[in-house]
Amino acid sequence: MERKIRVLVGKPGLDGHDRGAKVVAAALRDAGMEVIYTGLHQTCESIVDAAIQEDVQVVGLSILSGAHMTILPRILKLLKTRKAGDMIVIGGGIIPADDAKKLEKMGVRRLFGPGTPTVEIVDWIRANAGKVGKSGKVGKSGKVPRHQTVKKKKATAVARWRKKK
Amino acid sequence: MKRAKWDAKFKACRERDIDFSTVSGLPVRPLYTPADIAGFEHDRDLGYPGEFPYVRGVQTSMYRGRLWTMRQFSGFGTAGDTNRRYKYLLKHGQTGLSVAFDFPTLYGRDSDDPFARGEVGKCGVAIDSLQDMETLFSSIPLDKISTSMTINPPAAMLLAMYIAVGEKQKLPAHILTGTIQNDMLKEYQAQKTWIYPPEPSLKIIADILEYCAERVPRWNTISISGYHIREAGSTAVQELAFTLKNGFTYVERGISAGLPVDKFAPRLSFFFNAHLDFFEEIAKYRAARRIWAHTMRDKYGAQDPRSYLMRFHTQTAGCTLTAQQPENNIVRTAYQALSAVLGGTQSLHTNSMDESYALPTEKAVKIALRTQQLLAYETGVPNTIDPMAGSYYVEALTNELEREAYKYFEKIDKMGGVIPAIEKGYFQKEISRSAYSYQVALERQRKHHVGVNIFTEDEKPAIETLKIPPAVEKVQIAKLRRLRRERNNQRVKEKLRLLRKAAKDGENLMPRILDCVRAYATLGEMCSTLKEEYGVYREPIIF
Repeated sequence: MERKIRVLVGKPGLDGHDRGAKVVAAALRDAGMEVIYTGLHQTCESIVDAAIQEDVQVVGLSILSGAHMTILPRILKLLKTRKAGDMIVIGGGIIPADDAKKLEKMGVRRLFGPGTPTVEIVDWIRANAGKVGKSGKVGKSGKVPRHQTVKKKKATAVARWRKKK
Repeated sequence: MKRAKWDAKFKACRERDIDFSTVSGLPVRPLYTPADIAGFEHDRDLGYPGEFPYVRGVQTSMYRGRLWTMRQFSGFGTAGDTNRRYKYLLKHGQTGLSVAFDFPTLYGRDSDDPFARGEVGKCGVAIDSLQDMETLFSSIPLDKISTSMTINPPAAMLLAMYIAVGEKQKLPAHILTGTIQNDMLKEYQAQKTWIYPPEPSLKIIADILEYCAERVPRWNTISISGYHIREAGSTAVQELAFTLKNGFTYVERGISAGLPVDKFAPRLSFFFNAHLDFFEEIAKYRAARRIWAHTMRDKYGAQDPRSYLMRFHTQTAGCTLTAQQPENNIVRTAYQALSAVLGGTQSLHTNSMDESYALPTEKAVKIALRTQQLLAYETGVPNTIDPMAGSYYVEALTNELEREAYKYFEKIDKMGGVIPAIEKGYFQKEISRSAYSYQVALERQRKHHVGVNIFTEDEKPAIETLKIPPAVEKVQIAKLRRLRRERNNQRVKEKLRLLRKAAKDGENLMPRILDCVRAYATLGEMCSTLKEEYGVYREPIIF
């Protein structure tokens, strides 16, 4: 059986803007992925630890504080040192276009700017990480107490929105 | 023509959409008539401007007397960089200052803290000690200007620094005017800038209320903020209800700290968001004033009208700015500003068109300021007081928002109040659920955002953005280290020890913090000292 795509959604640094990260996390969960959300105020090290421990294919990072040129390269470097350089790193937030170009050159696979439909992120992840898992490698789950793995719920927010009408 | 006849005719018409609702999801009827506000009595339900329950505004003459304060939230780089931006804004007709601090400052950390790496001076100005604060207000006389500071867990320290800058300018604290945000409840709910757990945070707030009532009587001690709740994704009803409930919680804390309500409540002010839905926003501000007036007078026994009239600042909604077709943000912001003014705001910040990319350039911020000046000087909007009153739609919507807010108050009370609800993650859940529902509505084309899901274009916008030079962090750290070498460290140590002792003994911290500040203790040193006593907060992780 093909395992579900596992994605870590992380909020590195002091930035408290978590609306986008949570919306994306919920959308990926509703699209059937396993989502690990780190919560706020994580160091680069703790994010990389969590990504490795949770054996994710994709690390999604949300930064709206302007610290992206420091934090994203550092996470890429840490992943490489920890021999997890094949994890797909993507990001989103308030990132000017020329910074985005530089970051994509450094190895951030894709930056999703404000206004991106969540469907676009889901499709991109499926296209780029969908094939992993056939090697029979199984994820080690639920080892990090500060992080929470959320399975898809029956009553999704989408359903609730409809009911309200 | 009778209503029934019109209804029948209308039913035969084809509507352009199947869903007419506000941006928050409240259903909107095709037509509002006197039947929608049955029993409406002007004097009782609205009151005259400056009269209970203040729905028509908190001052007798409103904008006929004085326009709202045009206050652009601003800060970046070093204190010197920001000081230059303030002088630029003042030169172009801004009438108040509003300080944006960088993330390390917001969290009470020094610029050389490992967590501050990459964040120094990025989304606000870096302030490590009184020395930076002196530079920030250099040649700006504090008796001629009011200053708002968006600062929460370290609010007491920044207020103390402001008082100390006043002392250097030979100005006594009792003439200083301004605001500290100091609203910790909404931090746990929405903005997520915290240091200590809720209980010690509220204790510090009560200390500030007490200290300012005696020593800094013209200072707004808490700016009870719905802005961030809304930015985090709430609906208008949730913004209204959670903010007011937070306000009542502070009032209860002040009362239980032994302060008479009329001693501190006049200095509480509010801060709301001006979002996309024009009429819903106007109704929100009007409902807020009515709820505050009734509850403060009738439930908390306030007798001084200044305790129950709600003054508020407004900022246009940052979360509605689009990275796509950024020039559209100028227009979007202008409509939002108009709703704030029609809603009777006391001061206003208008966002700049480039803020979905970075902090604004001088050009962008000038257009944003001019947007307010156009509204004030060209449109005629401020020439009569509360022109929206009596609109069947606006009055009906005001009533509806008010009713919905009271339903939330009941729910929160059943959970044991605001703090237990925070600990259960209630607000966080409500807000992220609304944020997600809105995103889904956008993606299903039930709601529209121009340039994002309708009238989209392929071109990448070429827009000039403000760059914070990476050298800022180095310069700031060097300045901080020099300060630590050159100050009297023995004195700093002693003052920090006394601060710790005051925290332990449950004394009012303000005088001790002021002593630390005068000795040039850094923000990080003061906050870590208190952390040792109070511990740190951990959020429940919910999405």
